[in-house]
Amino acid sequence: MENIWRENLSQIEIKSLNAYYDKLHVLKDINLNVEKGEILSLIGPSGSGKSSLLKMLVGLLKPKSGNVILNNNQLNYNNNSDLRIIREQIAIVFQQYNLFQNMNVLKNVCIAPTKIQKRNKKQVEEQAINLLEKVGLKDKLKSYPDELSGGQQQRVAIARALCLNPEILLLDEVTSALDPELVQEVLDSVRLLASEGMTMLIVSHEMSFVKEVSSRVVFMDNGSIIEINDPKIIFENPKEKRTSDFVGKILKDK
Amino acid sequence: MERLIEEIPSFFTIWNIIFLAKAMGVTFLLTAIGCFVGFSVGGLLAIFRKTKSLALLPLRIFIVIYTEIFRRIPFLISLLLMFYIFMILKISDNLFLIATITVCLIATAYIGEIIRSGIESINQTQWDAAEAMNFSYFQILKEVIFPQAWKVILPPAFSFFIMFIKDTALASQIGVMELTFAAKILNNKGFSPLLSFGTILILYFILSFPLDRFGKYMERKLVTNRN
Repeated sequence: MENIWRENLSQIEIKSLNAYYDKLHVLKDINLNVEKGEILSLIGPSGSGKSSLLKMLVGLLKPKSGNVILNNNQLNYNNNSDLRIIREQIAIVFQQYNLFQNMNVLKNVCIAPTKIQKRNKKQVEEQAINLLEKVGLKDKLKSYPDELSGGQQQRVAIARALCLNPEILLLDEVTSALDPELVQEVLDSVRLLASEGMTMLIVSHEMSFVKEVSSRVVFMDNGSIIEINDPKIIFENPKEKRTSDFVGKILKDK
Repeated sequence: MERLIEEIPSFFTIWNIIFLAKAMGVTFLLTAIGCFVGFSVGGLLAIFRKTKSLALLPLRIFIVIYTEIFRRIPFLISLLLMFYIFMILKISDNLFLIATITVCLIATAYIGEIIRSGIESINQTQWDAAEAMNFSYFQILKEVIFPQAWKVILPPAFSFFIMFIKDTALASQIGVMELTFAAKILNNKGFSPLLSFGTILILYFILSFPLDRFGKYMERKLVTNRN
């Protein structure tokens, strides 16, 4: 019974998926369901495939085999029209922000909704200003990325992703390139989103944050998913030895 | 020196001035056509070279071979080669046409490479971000890559253009009546070399100086304006 109920609510289903960087097998037989409104955190050592999984979901890394089912539609990442659909529903925020250096803050946020999604310019701008206000950057609309701090750039990147009106937001280590005092401001922005019920996949090294916001935590190692569990269990009483080794080490370092 | 001053009135006759103006026109046309074709076709080559589709692979291989060959052959050699190919195959004996084609082939290879390296200078992460937001390949180039790449492309492109004005002097070797060849003829007619070549020196400067200013203007205009 429970399985059927879960299936119906699944927003993303990943089934026995494999992906490679050239010869390097970076995602090994990945199976994962994400439900609507869920906040799923991916943790694991560097090179374990967390970021690759997010990149794969937006089509920046093509899967070699396996399926991705989005809102009950099976989608082919090698098909351009499928890829368009995927990218209309999933937005990603990168570790290095990747703001367009030749555009000011407002243009960075507005360009894809107006030029690519062909939405009304006035409405997009209104929404963009609203979003930038939410992340506390309303006075920086005309600034260029290189005039902003890392934390500010990362918040612009979050606003840019949200202005696409995605159903799912992927956050790829959004705080790891930031100075410690800037981490909080970005996490606050993410918390705000979490409270609004957006489906999110988060790759993060901020364990206390992961513990606080996640509905489930995925532990990855060496390209495979080792354990999926409640945050409480993952951090306090993990089932797998490798998970407890990793969590133990991370918590000790803190 | 006195002889030089005596010569001036007989040097700057209407006939000689028209002769030099025509030669200057040929130099200008060779450069302008070369730079224009080189910039447009070279730009296209650079754009196609960065594509990933398998269908375009033969085109990419062709572009690489073409670029690498023409950047390595000395200008004079390709000019002479083109000249003899035209002569042997009896395609045409229009020297200006032969020089123009050679100039275009070389300029395309060089400028294509300058534009390609400009595109490459932009971090892959900019492509990723745009691609993830559904930008097409050409939209990424137009909206994100070129606006940032101009400042890498324009300075070497314009120094190439200016160098190119002077390189067209080699066309005199196959007998194209451009500035250098015109100066040689005037010199052979008995005018002092100082006067003949000194005059075209000034004419070359007149040709290249505005181009240099134009380059600076384009840099100001295309490189993202911050105010």
